Amino acid sequence: MTTQEQTAQVVDLITVVIDGFEVSVPKGTLVIRAAEKLGIQIPRFCDHPLLDPVGACRQCLVDIEINGRAFPKPQASCTIPVEPGMVVKTQLTSPVAEKAQKGVMEFLLINHPLDCPVCDKGGECPLQNQAMSNGRAESRFEGKKRTFEKPINISSQVLLDRERCILCARCTRFSDQIAADPFITLNERGALQQVGIYENQPFESYFSGNTVQICPVGALTGASYRFRSRPFDLVSTPSACEHCASGCSLRTDVRRSKTLRRLAGDDPEVNEEWNCDKGRWAFKYVTAPDRLTHPMVRDASGELQIASWPEAIAAAANGLRGKRAGVLVGGRTTVEDAYGYSKFARVALGTNDIDFRARISSDEEREFLASRVVGSITSNADIDRADSVLLVGFEAEEESPIVFLRVHKQVRKRGLKVTAIASKLSIGNEKLKANFVSVAPGAEAEAIAKQELTAQSVILVGERASESAGALSAVVALADRTGAKIAWIPRRAGERGALEAGAIGNVLPGGRPVTDAAARADVSAMWGVEKLPSEIGLSSEGIFAAVNSDQIHALVVGGVDPHDSGNNAAAIKALKSAFVVSLEIRPSEVTKIADVVLPVAAVPEKSGSFMNWEGRSRFFEVAVPDSLNRSDVRILSMIADELARPMGISSVKSAANEFAAFGEWDGAKLNFSPVASVPVPKIAADQAVLTSWRRLLDESSLQEGEDNLAGTARKSVVVISPKRASVLGVADGDSVRVSNQHGAVVLPVLVEAIHDDAVWLPRNSLGSHVLATLGVASGSLVTVVKD
Amino acid sequence: MTTLTPVLSAHWDEKDSFTMAGYKRHDGYKAAEKALKMEPDAVIQLIKDSGLRGRGGAGFPTGMKWGFIPQGDNKDHYLVVNADESEPGTCKDMPLLLANPHVLVEGMIIASYAIRAKYAFVYVRGEVTHVVRRVQQAIQDAYAAGYLGKNIFGSGVDLELVLHVGAGAYICGEETALLDSLEGFRGQPRLRPPFPAIAGLYARPTVVNNVESISSVPSIINRGAEWFSSMGTEKSKGMTIYSLSGHVTNPGQIEAPLGITLRELLDLAGGVREGHQLKFWTPGGSSTPIFTAAQLDTPLDYEGVAAAGSMLGTKALQIFDETTCVVRAVLRWSEFYKHESCGKCTPCREGTYWLVQILRDLENGKGSEADLAKLLDLCENILGRAFCALGDGATSPITSSIKHFRDEYIAHFTHGGCPFDPYASTLFASAKAGA
Amino acid sequence: MAFTDQDIQVMDSIIKRYQRSRSAIMPLLHYVQSRDGFITNEGIELIANKLDLATAEVSAVSTFYTQYKRKPVGEYHVGVCTNTLCAVMGGDAIFAGLKDHLGLENDGVTEDGKVSLEHIECNAACDYAPVVMANWEFYDNQTVQSAKDLVDAMREGNPPAPTRGPNSLPTWKENSAVLAGLSDGRAAEGVQAGEASLLGLKLSKNQDGAK
Repeated sequence: MTTQEQTAQVVDLITVVIDGFEVSVPKGTLVIRAAEKLGIQIPRFCDHPLLDPVGACRQCLVDIEINGRAFPKPQASCTIPVEPGMVVKTQLTSPVAEKAQKGVMEFLLINHPLDCPVCDKGGECPLQNQAMSNGRAESRFEGKKRTFEKPINISSQVLLDRERCILCARCTRFSDQIAADPFITLNERGALQQVGIYENQPFESYFSGNTVQICPVGALTGASYRFRSRPFDLVSTPSACEHCASGCSLRTDVRRSKTLRRLAGDDPEVNEEWNCDKGRWAFKYVTAPDRLTHPMVRDASGELQIASWPEAIAAAANGLRGKRAGVLVGGRTTVEDAYGYSKFARVALGTNDIDFRARISSDEEREFLASRVVGSITSNADIDRADSVLLVGFEAEEESPIVFLRVHKQVRKRGLKVTAIASKLSIGNEKLKANFVSVAPGAEAEAIAKQELTAQSVILVGERASESAGALSAVVALADRTGAKIAWIPRRAGERGALEAGAIGNVLPGGRPVTDAAARADVSAMWGVEKLPSEIGLSSEGIFAAVNSDQIHALVVGGVDPHDSGNNAAAIKALKSAFVVSLEIRPSEVTKIADVVLPVAAVPEKSGSFMNWEGRSRFFEVAVPDSLNRSDVRILSMIADELARPMGISSVKSAANEFAAFGEWDGAKLNFSPVASVPVPKIAADQAVLTSWRRLLDESSLQEGEDNLAGTARKSVVVISPKRASVLGVADGDSVRVSNQHGAVVLPVLVEAIHDDAVWLPRNSLGSHVLATLGVASGSLVTVVKD
Repeated sequence: MTTLTPVLSAHWDEKDSFTMAGYKRHDGYKAAEKALKMEPDAVIQLIKDSGLRGRGGAGFPTGMKWGFIPQGDNKDHYLVVNADESEPGTCKDMPLLLANPHVLVEGMIIASYAIRAKYAFVYVRGEVTHVVRRVQQAIQDAYAAGYLGKNIFGSGVDLELVLHVGAGAYICGEETALLDSLEGFRGQPRLRPPFPAIAGLYARPTVVNNVESISSVPSIINRGAEWFSSMGTEKSKGMTIYSLSGHVTNPGQIEAPLGITLRELLDLAGGVREGHQLKFWTPGGSSTPIFTAAQLDTPLDYEGVAAAGSMLGTKALQIFDETTCVVRAVLRWSEFYKHESCGKCTPCREGTYWLVQILRDLENGKGSEADLAKLLDLCENILGRAFCALGDGATSPITSSIKHFRDEYIAHFTHGGCPFDPYASTLFASAKAGA
Repeated sequence: MAFTDQDIQVMDSIIKRYQRSRSAIMPLLHYVQSRDGFITNEGIELIANKLDLATAEVSAVSTFYTQYKRKPVGEYHVGVCTNTLCAVMGGDAIFAGLKDHLGLENDGVTEDGKVSLEHIECNAACDYAPVVMANWEFYDNQTVQSAKDLVDAMREGNPPAPTRGPNSLPTWKENSAVLAGLSDGRAAEGVQAGEASLLGLKLSKNQDGAK
């Protein structure tokens, strides 16, 4: 039964008889799934519970009668809903159904190559399996098989072997119905029908990997996994995706301590059975040759030297001892590790100067998080039920792709109304048929205030809303005025969990305000400490500023890239001057300057949980069991011990248990004080206000080394409006230069629907590292000229 | 001898039969004018009373089909005319449209009014340019005369009629494939239910009718249901166009009451070509099981042909004499089905691919009796297993020919090849013989 | 060849025939053939752009239908019906004769670009078998010799008029425009019906006369 069928409000049950057994299923259930409920497996290929029924492969034919009247011929059980009085005979009890199925299987095999021994699908192939269970032992086909050139690249990541294809159209239906990327289609017809692309448009969909996963034969294969393993040599572990806050369930397949592939897990409430290509194909960073494997301590001459763990822990503790220190957590921690940082700051360092927001952020946002987001329960189900969805500072397809699929499903199914307040119309929002409310970067608040929503509406707010002063205040006001639900969807997988764990300056675990004595009492009792700091701590930018003004002298830094900061110059300056303990998996800008570098475990090497944007926690076990790398919480615990301020959580498990014991804070949350918007700067003719976002596939460190994946990334372009294009005298493809006093980005131009005053750049893509190059990412004036 | 009843073809011998003037000379558009003054439901009732059944092959009662369209549903309704005539042997709608496109336009006006459609389409196959010209001109002239467009005939009713031209795909004659094609997709059949009457074109209630069915409507309005139902047989009412082709002295179109026999039609057409005998024939195109001389007296109506083991289909009577190799004929039809299979479902796509290979071998004298058993078994695995009727149709010539001409198949492999001289069956051979 | 503003206007007028623009894909493809002679990539990309579709969606449609050609055909595209009835009545012999005469295989084009050859399926003119189509105009009751004469005349630039069609044979591109639904004003040309179409009517009149 699909989620769709489950969540339908009907509890109308219909009783049918299948192979002599009665079964009661909800109205609308397809015969093939009613049979599953009885444990009767009807063979099938084109059927997929999340795709519209098509009835194309004809493998699932069964005999059906209704109230004694038999259908004259066998019916496709994947297309027929149950009806009262229905009696179904499958291949188990009907010789006609059995012969029909055997006949179809024989037809499917006449043109199927016998290359199972070299096919990636061999061993987990529905065709192979069902040919064994429901086919004839020997083929009667003596003719000539259809041949095609083997295999062809339909993108840099996906290969197509048309000889193996049985034309079930799962891949093409997925691309059209689920991803809204109809770049692969059925072409030609009859026996020549074949899946294909248009020759000048590769299958560059963020969701292409799902087609590989649902292909019931080895026709679609991923370049990264091809010929790497047999399925029976893999050890599979259920896992959670570390790439974004959508929160996909995954399956990680490991062979000899190495992740060889990742598949979408099945979670109807979150990712159904899908994931994005980044989640599927970006995992080589774990086995990168430059992984940090030993602790290192910087010597007197300024060189990092390999040290033993006791030496390194002692060096870290010595550097931190007696100094005012800040903690920068990074957005990719597990809940347990974030909880470790949160407790470490308060217990070991005695400070609230902690922030997980390793990105552009604001105090308005921090208050918004503490007052409106922590503990909130807006979920995917609210999107499923919403009468409309408003997107603010959020490009769903790029920044949380499974949320995009969720919204798209409702758009397709019931015409869900989507409104996007943005400076540029995105590809994703076009696919959502969104009403595009075009604003100059920085003018979001005014547009938000004008929206009409209801208590059934959901506002999806991205982390970029913090980049426009007053936008979050307007969101809060809109929600208060209309009763609409707020869903905050950060990009990174760890942010919501870190917020709940209190890895931020204004709240303790469970959203307990640091300024609330009762809340502090709760926490200090749990932690067995006398007293906790009661002042709201500094934000990450505040911490860098405090280092640069000589108030803070030490930093504990998780996975943070200073170039993600809103003021990277200040960040780098601060990192250079403070005593820095860096917990990292690979060399970075921070490890280059850190005094102590402590290697930590990457996600597959540890257990833990990620909390997605809904606040839903997903625990995962170690997928690569023999790694020597440790989770951050364990290392922080050792430093705390060395500082003689023990945290008492030396394992992920104990951290998880302790955090869980906190429960919800039932006291008052922090207040939210609205912030006024800032007038959009006036622009001269050759100026524009910059806007940007990160693309899903870009130059992020977790995608390094994934060349096949990178080949499917969207091309870097600078986007301007038709009006600006005519003023500049440029057309699509011409070179345009975007610059300020820090630097310049030069890219081919794309003329599109964007606010006339704005210019858009990809934030971290090939040839466009906006923060590193320009020092700003949005809302600032830049000069735009023809190059 | 049955009296012929030229109604649709009554004025095809007038040089300007396809023009507005030619059509109006014989009460053209009077029926539409009359119908538009009736209640739409009364029009539907009249067509129901007439007993008119679909002339595209399936024989579904036309009035009943119209009656399925939900009324008062505040949705757009559509009328779509299937002029994708492509069933091998079928050649009635194209001459009709060439000679009198206005009768279709008028029928469409009446049908659209009855089902409350404000938009109607005629889907003409793409390989008949001059037919396209004639239909287009007729539509243009009807617009100019105020019979189409806004406030037609001053009745307050609006109707847009759009000509849509196909591009070479037999499957688009299947009504749901036609709708997908008209919507701009690959012409592959859709799942049913929902049926077009509930969710057809653009997922709105839609009637899909054959050219001849709709063209029969104006005469029924003009002359009444009783007049129409006085022709034909008990359950197969009215006149229809029979198409004689092949080894017949005078091939062509003959409009007659339903129920006439092939013996009568052959007599009228001068018999099988001189010096030859009837070997086999199709009653309604290649998808209908073949008959032999044994069925010469079978009434050619829906029930009569069905009772004899075939289908009336499109009344495409393809006549083959004893010079024709049945294996060659069947192979060629099988190649056609393979070429036209849309590819959507396994049994049709793969089955026709396989059937052709076996038949090709048999025609070339390679094979054995076991292959005949295999052919029949494969046909059993296609018939009723495919997504639409194309797969079923592909099996008809094979199973029926093996039933009637098993010995001839066997003769191919005992002879080591085809025992027939292909030249003997050509038109040129008879021309020479006649000369 | 680049599509002109005038082409775009025509394409817009085709799109306007329909309540939903995607329905215009087939006439637009015919229109591309009337411009380029076959389905060019430029045409596919333009249609995708006009109808707001992915290019793959347009090529998926264009490859489904046999009248949309992947490569240039001749100025006169000759189709010989070799479905059973026409084949038996002489279509096979005609097709073999033309292949031999033109030195072409199925789907071939003569070097001068004048004539291309294809065997086609039933063209709904069985009572005129064997049938040859040229640019989708009817040439009824053909023989091997008449078909050879027809293609020779095409290569000389003066093909005879179709049996049931306009007074002279339009070019492939001209007729593609007609299939796109663009009138060439030639509907009134040619006969209203061929002999075979009138068989029943004549017989009926004889019956009446006999009475």
